[in-house]
Amino acid sequence: MRRLAIPALLLAAAPAFADSTLPSAPLANTQLSDPAQEAKAQALMVTLRCLVCQGQSIADSDAEMAGDMRALVRQRIRAGEQPVAIRDWLVARYGDYVTYDPPFGLLTAPLWIAPLVLIAIGVWLARASFRRRRG
Amino acid sequence: MRLWLPLAVFVAVLAIIAVALYRPADRTVYSAMVGKRVPDFTVPALLPGKPGLASARLADGKPKLLNIFASWCVPCAAEAPQLMALKAAGVPIEGVAIRDTPEAMRDFLARGGDPYAAIGDDKTSAVQLAIGSSGVPESFVIAGDGTILLQHVGDIRADDVPAILAKLEAAK
Repeated sequence: MRRLAIPALLLAAAPAFADSTLPSAPLANTQLSDPAQEAKAQALMVTLRCLVCQGQSIADSDAEMAGDMRALVRQRIRAGEQPVAIRDWLVARYGDYVTYDPPFGLLTAPLWIAPLVLIAIGVWLARASFRRRRG
Repeated sequence: MRLWLPLAVFVAVLAIIAVALYRPADRTVYSAMVGKRVPDFTVPALLPGKPGLASARLADGKPKLLNIFASWCVPCAAEAPQLMALKAAGVPIEGVAIRDTPEAMRDFLARGGDPYAAIGDDKTSAVQLAIGSSGVPESFVIAGDGTILLQHVGDIRADDVPAILAKLEAAK
């Protein structure tokens, strides 16, 4: 009996960070009627980070906040706003962290430059060792 | 010498990885709006008899605390005593309720007290997204002119209260 009590209690325990009981926003899980606009929205949504489930894009996430962000993206696309403008709006609020396609900057520069530097070192090493073998 | 260099590089890479692995990662998403004006928004009242919230109300000359919360959020209930203490210290607290209903909110306020001068009804997290908040609860210290001075992510604990009060005092 005692051995069963703890698993039973665990099953009954409420999750600590519950979601609201409200239905999701109208455009959270409904595509836009214009396929071209929906494609634009979708392309943007896969590059935006879900802020509560940080390894996922808002297109992938079932979190309520991701739903609200999808609704925001679709509303703005439907209103004729450009995806770049929407992304910039979010970056102004959450920083580059919110986009999976961060701009080239001081922080991201090593990502682009390091491979080039490594290739250069590799070429230099290879040349040196080939020359030695010939001699 | 030629053998020492690769070893040194290897050890340096190892050190970088070890430091990054063992340093506790800060997964908090901070708002980039701190230091800027409160964005324009208007949300209707959630409860009859308590006003809704518009950004103009946050720029009426008096420093305030903007609390983004919800009745369904457990840490929000945990910070209620601290908000009541701030209210008792004379801090105007403006609330934005995320994805909430009047019934649930009434219950919530009956349980933990009602420190709010206003409660805006934000059913689509619009205000939350506009101000760069990524969860509930979050609190923002707003200067009299509507500039965001401080973001507090998560529930306000008893030992967070002095820092928030000091920031509000400095803004006067």
